[in-house]
Amino acid sequence: MEQSELVRKVEELGERLAVLEKKKSNLTMVLLSGDFDRVMAAFIMANGALAMNKEVTMFVTFWGLDAIKKSTISTSGKTFLEKMVLWMRPKGPGELPTSKMNFAGIGPKLFRYMMGKKNIESLPSLIAMSLELGLRIIACQMSMDVMGIKKEDLIDDVEIGGVAAFLGASYESNTTLFI
Amino acid sequence: MAKIELNFRGMTCPMPIMKISIAVKKGAPGDVFEAVCDDAGFEADVKAWCKETGNELRGITKSGKDIAVTIVRK
Repeated sequence: MEQSELVRKVEELGERLAVLEKKKSNLTMVLLSGDFDRVMAAFIMANGALAMNKEVTMFVTFWGLDAIKKSTISTSGKTFLEKMVLWMRPKGPGELPTSKMNFAGIGPKLFRYMMGKKNIESLPSLIAMSLELGLRIIACQMSMDVMGIKKEDLIDDVEIGGVAAFLGASYESNTTLFI
Repeated sequence: MAKIELNFRGMTCPMPIMKISIAVKKGAPGDVFEAVCDDAGFEADVKAWCKETGNELRGITKSGKDIAVTIVRK
């Protein structure tokens, strides 16, 4: 084999390896839960992976959408049932219930107080930080349709997508978590 | 080659790693980062972060609750 051909082959292999290594370490998450504790875990992991220079995709579906709603979300222009669902669900990360010890909303207040005392970063700030560092959030179109949630009801910088968008990201990751 | 001192005392997961990442990204290759944190998870986190990002973990020293690390940017 000619030396120039050998060099070209090595370069080509190097490029292919770089693609594989990049794929290997991405993180994809499905956030289905709207529970405060689970959403906290999701965003802590997203931030950690971003700090490790990974590409992170979070597919947000069903109750998870509560975590990325704007607190100013309005019921105008929605059907009666959509309004009912909206009234009964939290409006944004500041209102999420805990999965255990919710005690009709007292639990989350207690946890937030205790976490603040221990200087743990708040959920809204973790969300803002992850978006700043390049977290890609894909909101599930189908769940949004079911609950009458519009793109403008969600925080800025989110994409809208479906299962294929999630799978596409997942196939390019070596870690996929369902939360 | 600059030497940057970072104080992460009082911070909890994931903040020390976030702050390290941001500081190291701002620096130049060869820069030395000396960070101190009193979160017990910091040592394991820093080790994993350096291994994954390819930056050199030159040393870890502990005194009391403090964990001090020296990282060299690659």
